[in-house]
Amino acid sequence: MARKNNDVLEVPRGATVTVGRTLSQIAWLRLRRDKVAKVCLAILFFIAFIAIFAPLICSVLKIDPYQFNSALLSDDGGLPSGRFGGVSLAHPLGIEPLTGRDILARLLYGSRISLFIAVTATAITVVTGVVIGILAGNSRGRLDTFLSRVMDITLAFPLLLVIIAMSPVLEQRIASLGIPEGNSSRIVTLILVLSVFGWPYLARLIRGQVLSLREREFIEAAISIGSSNRRILFKELLPNLWGPILIYTTIALPGLIGAEATLAFLGISVLPPTATWGSMLQESVSYFSVDPFYFFVPLTMLLAAVLSFNLLGDALRDALDPKAGRM
Amino acid sequence: MLMVFMLTILSIVTFLLFNAVPTDPARLTCGKTCSPATIEANRIRLGLDQPLISQYLEWIKGIFAGRTYGSGTATFNCDAPCLGYSFRNGEQVTDMILTSLPVTIYLAIGAFVLWMVGGISTGIYAARKKGKWQDRAIMGATLVGYSLPVFFIGILMLIFVVVRWNILPYPSYVGPNVDTLQFLQTMILPWISLAILYAAYYTRLTRSQMLDTMSEDYIRTARAKGLPEKTVLRKHALRAGLTPIVTSAGLDLAGLLGGAVITEYIFGLPGLGRLAIGAVTEYDLPTITATTLVAATFIIVANIVVDLLYAAIDPRVRLQ
Repeated sequence: MARKNNDVLEVPRGATVTVGRTLSQIAWLRLRRDKVAKVCLAILFFIAFIAIFAPLICSVLKIDPYQFNSALLSDDGGLPSGRFGGVSLAHPLGIEPLTGRDILARLLYGSRISLFIAVTATAITVVTGVVIGILAGNSRGRLDTFLSRVMDITLAFPLLLVIIAMSPVLEQRIASLGIPEGNSSRIVTLILVLSVFGWPYLARLIRGQVLSLREREFIEAAISIGSSNRRILFKELLPNLWGPILIYTTIALPGLIGAEATLAFLGISVLPPTATWGSMLQESVSYFSVDPFYFFVPLTMLLAAVLSFNLLGDALRDALDPKAGRM
Repeated sequence: MLMVFMLTILSIVTFLLFNAVPTDPARLTCGKTCSPATIEANRIRLGLDQPLISQYLEWIKGIFAGRTYGSGTATFNCDAPCLGYSFRNGEQVTDMILTSLPVTIYLAIGAFVLWMVGGISTGIYAARKKGKWQDRAIMGATLVGYSLPVFFIGILMLIFVVVRWNILPYPSYVGPNVDTLQFLQTMILPWISLAILYAAYYTRLTRSQMLDTMSEDYIRTARAKGLPEKTVLRKHALRAGLTPIVTSAGLDLAGLLGGAVITEYIFGLPGLGRLAIGAVTEYDLPTITATTLVAATFIIVANIVVDLLYAAIDPRVRLQ
């Protein structure tokens, strides 16, 4: 595929033009040809779309995540009447047992919080990890040793245990800092604990990359022509780190979505009546025997998001792999 | 030396996390209906009125030499590896940890054996069938496997195998010496559900490791000199590909020894994870601190063991 530009001069007849491509251009080309990656991206865009426009969608469909519909429940045991957990035109994904709240509306609103927590925590993790990783890798001596030890210690902590243990304690602290108690302080707490223990993985990875990159000729060349430290960091090192950063992000995001669900399962998430994917899963598990449909709705959503991210991560890794054949 | 240093830092961080971050640790020693007088009494008995530094030193001293709480007539001793006293349970934390540790060890080791055998052999199989439908099916399954929320497999197993189909009785833990059959009946589902989760990851890891090493020159050499495929696979490829797997395995096992929180919670196994969760819901700070410290110690020790194993497997790695 030749580029359409006019400065390709005098190509002899019959000769093929070899176009020089940077690694990122090659990766992008490979990714565009990867059908799985395209489908995953489409799914993720769709999920992001319905999360962002949840209030709008709900008002168009005339559904409300908090409104009780006890009239639609059977008298004995409060299960939704009708098949598939009370699926109907008015309530496309059925209603909750006991309360009769609309599941679709709760799912849409829940996506907002689940994704907000995961995306924010990922962003904090990635930025912290990259900054500290570059700092450690680029500075020889004491700072590097110190930062590496901090990473080792952080990684040694039993993640889930500390998160569970810290959440209530930290929540009090955060609430005492002036953030309204209740869901705001809970969400801030969740984001905080999830990012505090996430960054060392990336920082270690980046540090290793920087360690090997800084011995390469182009860095030496940059130093020899007197480039500033800043220029070397941002213009020489960072562009070479986009690959691992991107891959890590696509792995971290689904991990954090799952982590939120796990914490919700253990009862550490937003307070009812607010929903997240995790809290919906946790509530629906107890109705699994009588109303399995309710359980599969949030599970499908969660799986769709997590699987798409994981598959996209795989595709990215393949696309960015310099060992794979050129196209 | 490094280990001592790491453990010291670790104990300081753990201590600060749970004693400096809470707004009032003494308030947490008893329930919501606690009177201010009781809180003050507990504060003095537990030494929470002291500055943090002396509290920490007292705590460390307790671990090595034991300590005595309170003063005057209302004193009680806490013997040598004293990790604290749980007011909520009226028990020494060390005893609580010692009773729950075996459960976690049984759980972790059983699952570990299952997933290592399952994951590595599936991974090798997938690598040998690379690109064929078997490989694709395995890779698809593992991807779904590790995309599932952690608690999902355990819950489903419990619902179907125990509640719906009545294949196994409802899990209720007893020690293996008390009633071996009931022990096995209780542990089999937790073992399997934990193993599935980890096996998904180890299958992928093994496969990619095998594919990497199989394209090395020395494998081609081994084949060229006419070695049977089995020998090439076992003696040459597997050994070289094993190093990262050993690293992960060591750390994962250590992580599990610190408490498989979710699995223990689902199946009601009285292990370290359950202890920790229980402690969290009751705000039992001494127990939380102790379980965290124990779990983190496992990981630090495992890090060092893994480094030693590394040198044993890969002769190119030399210990200094």
